[in-house]
Amino acid sequence: MGDIIGQSVKRVEDKRFTTGKGRFTDDIVLPRMTFACILLSPHAHALIKNIDLSAAKAAPGVVAAFVGKDLQNAGIVGLPVGWQVDFKNGDQMKEPAHPVLAVDKVRYVGDGVAVVIAETKEQARDAADLVDIDYEVLDAVVDVVKATQDGAPQLFDDVPNNKPFDWGLGDAEAADAAIANASHVTTLNIINQRLIPNAIEPRVTIGDYDEARDKYTLYTSSQNPHVIRLLLSAFVLNLPEHKVRVVSPDVGGGFGSKIFHYAEEALVVWCAKQINRPVKWTAERSDSFLTDAHGRDHATKAELAIDGEGNITGLRVTTHANMGAYLSTFAPCVPTYLYGTLLQGLYTTPAVYVDVTAAFSNTTPVDAYRGAGRPEATYVLERLMDTAARELGMDPAEFRLKNFIPPFDGVEQPGYETQVALVYDSGNYHAVLNKVLQMADYENLRKEQEEGRKNGRYIGIGFSTYIEACGIAPSAVVGSLGARAGLFESAGVRVQPTGKVSVFVGSHAHGQGHETTFSQVVADRLGIPIADIDIVHGDTDIVPFGMGTYGSRSLAVGGTAIVKSLDKVVEKATQIAAHLLEAAEEDLEFSDGQWTVKGTDQSVAFADVALTAYVPHNYPEGLEPGLDFTSFYDPVNFTFPFGAHIAVVSVDPDTGQVKLERYFGVDDVGNVVNPMIVDGQLHGGITQGVGQALLEGAIYDDNGQLTTGSYMDYALPRADDVPFFELGREVTPCPHNPLGVKGAGEAGTIGATPAVINAVIDALQPFGVKDIDMPATPQRVWQAIQAAS
Amino acid sequence: MAVPIKITVNGQTHESEVDPRLFLVQYLRDNLDLTGTHVGCDTSNCGACTVNLNGKAVKSCTVLAIQADGAAVTTIEGLAQDGELHPLQEGFNQEHGLQCGFCTPGMIMAAQQLLERNSNPSENEIRHALEGNYCRCTGYQNIVKSIQYAAAKLG
Repeated sequence: MGDIIGQSVKRVEDKRFTTGKGRFTDDIVLPRMTFACILLSPHAHALIKNIDLSAAKAAPGVVAAFVGKDLQNAGIVGLPVGWQVDFKNGDQMKEPAHPVLAVDKVRYVGDGVAVVIAETKEQARDAADLVDIDYEVLDAVVDVVKATQDGAPQLFDDVPNNKPFDWGLGDAEAADAAIANASHVTTLNIINQRLIPNAIEPRVTIGDYDEARDKYTLYTSSQNPHVIRLLLSAFVLNLPEHKVRVVSPDVGGGFGSKIFHYAEEALVVWCAKQINRPVKWTAERSDSFLTDAHGRDHATKAELAIDGEGNITGLRVTTHANMGAYLSTFAPCVPTYLYGTLLQGLYTTPAVYVDVTAAFSNTTPVDAYRGAGRPEATYVLERLMDTAARELGMDPAEFRLKNFIPPFDGVEQPGYETQVALVYDSGNYHAVLNKVLQMADYENLRKEQEEGRKNGRYIGIGFSTYIEACGIAPSAVVGSLGARAGLFESAGVRVQPTGKVSVFVGSHAHGQGHETTFSQVVADRLGIPIADIDIVHGDTDIVPFGMGTYGSRSLAVGGTAIVKSLDKVVEKATQIAAHLLEAAEEDLEFSDGQWTVKGTDQSVAFADVALTAYVPHNYPEGLEPGLDFTSFYDPVNFTFPFGAHIAVVSVDPDTGQVKLERYFGVDDVGNVVNPMIVDGQLHGGITQGVGQALLEGAIYDDNGQLTTGSYMDYALPRADDVPFFELGREVTPCPHNPLGVKGAGEAGTIGATPAVINAVIDALQPFGVKDIDMPATPQRVWQAIQAAS
Repeated sequence: MAVPIKITVNGQTHESEVDPRLFLVQYLRDNLDLTGTHVGCDTSNCGACTVNLNGKAVKSCTVLAIQADGAAVTTIEGLAQDGELHPLQEGFNQEHGLQCGFCTPGMIMAAQQLLERNSNPSENEIRHALEGNYCRCTGYQNIVKSIQYAAAKLG
């Protein structure tokens, strides 16, 4: 079985989904279940003068209705923030209350103001229309820079200029000096537009309370049920954690948006106890647009200093990061420790400084969305790289190769210490770029481009060479940076008496194929078939503990926790096998699921050892029965996948229409357990990156109304917006985890966006276009052509 | 208020009394417990609710249950015959055409009708036919391949 690692094993989870037997939260029906409709504020900024529930409460089928004051009177303050980023001057982060339902004031369109619970979903909705709310509308601010200016509407009385924190990293003086002394400075003003994650399954929560057992159950479409249990019980509702069970069954995509603890989760649990019946809330898509945490929304000025020989000498970046109306669960770490720390990129830049100002605005809260900070950093850097190369008259590939950090494996050569607080684990950046150049037949592409231009066909070639910090994260490190949680992972391996194996993982799967990949790891170590392995996740009463799935961490961190438990299983099982074989442990070898006395034909099979562990009649003296271990793994460092991507686009100058013609990527995500699944992650990630570059963008009007609040207005990539991606791979193993893996969940999204925009700008060179904002819609491209020519 | 309807779903005939505003997707999910058909949006864009209604792929979130009175409906649960997976169901597994699996039933039902119209579609024809179905996980690449797999198998 030793060769099962690295095989494209077909997914074991597929059958339930292809036959309609998946079990998503909305598929769950509990006896006596009621349905909640949450009324959302239609105003971006308003005082709540009065809420009259009487007509709603009298409506047919209504069981109960509540407002924010009801929760406040029950002592519920609001939702917690999981990361503290203090001001540069040492002042503590401003952390105003984030009520489960707004109390005196609403701060964005979508802020919950009341909940109506009825016998049916339709009755709840009908009754919600009868809730009478008297608002006093206030001026709103939606733009991140305007929000920090004097005179802007203030969201909170105790947060001056709407700034919850600011932050800096690197050597400001050195960066200033590098820019002052540079022979060339490339400057870009970049808007990284707001995105809406749009997992296709809208969020669903069901609260249930068992009075006789004093037990609470929350079913929720979440990426990390244990964390939700902790936040819900200890920080929001003040419930005994051991009496709270959180179940996240099949979850229809997350992309970060289902990491966070949302108001609806606390609300349905609290309501379930009030009415002593289960309460279900199912988001409609328009609710998702307004209430799922959004992503990105940065305004940045970036300057790259270069000497006379094309060497990068410094980087200075100033960013305003929009937090929306409240600090969402992990919001503060996204534009800081997940962003500024990646601005070294793949380059030897000797001086880097990044300054970040965070701002509240009357918009939906912003938090981690696929990549979370790392796409924003990569977009800044890689746009600078292509722009600088063009300004210097250098080839963008040559400019990168000249400035890359030399190869290092993290074993013979030490890790690379950056100017912005990270130590890269291992890397060979030249290898990925050289390989993608070869795959794309780069020289020929440039010839095609030149020929095309003569014939009125405008092709653009754009580069992106990225690095990301994954395998999040060493607890002590993130703790010192303000995280209020550990970021280890846990996994239990239970060998059943018949030799079948149940694996309980804290990592949650919502598309990543853990049931297959983790099974491959177990099958490899124990020498048993995948059919004998069951991967269990998503239930806090069954899985010992977990920190969940995000930051491309499941295999690097969660997989390592499995390996640690497997090691303990094998160690104990070997003791039992030695006893059964009447041999010394060191005389045994374990392979293909059996222990053999070296040099003999005496052996005992895995299943026989398992049975002996549970029927310990003939058993080593003093050894405990059973074969069941749980381990916790806290990584020693992040992992650092990297890659080189090339996008090839064509632009129709008459219409401004951009077509993504070809897309090449060579990624190094360390060792690969299942290449099919890794490629699938890259396809999906690249498509989301292409979506940001060409199609997607959340737009608020000046009153704070989300004008892109449905699929009629917010353009997700469709099947005919993307070509077949042409992917290659390099393998530089991670030196600090036993599987040597780095993570692949976010790579595509990080790499794709700048590659595509760089390609669009490259295509428009004959027209003199130097910059373009995302998404590069036909209108924007056409206008850019007109403005430049 | 309730209106009597008779619908044949996956070969089985059901007689029910339903609210006139009840959508077909809710009827399938809530009344018949066929939860393989999903709701991903409220504007008929995402296609997660796609079912086959009298031989045509429709978005069951925009068909009223009473409009389906007298109709024959096939949902994802009715695609496999005698325990044999449909070639599309097999193809989505073989070509890794799904990740989270939420859009998958709608994708398969849309693809099923495409293959009935066009037994040997080109890549572009497949991509065009899937315009009404969103997938946020796969980047569509392996969905296209899954449908090509099924087309080849169906001959």
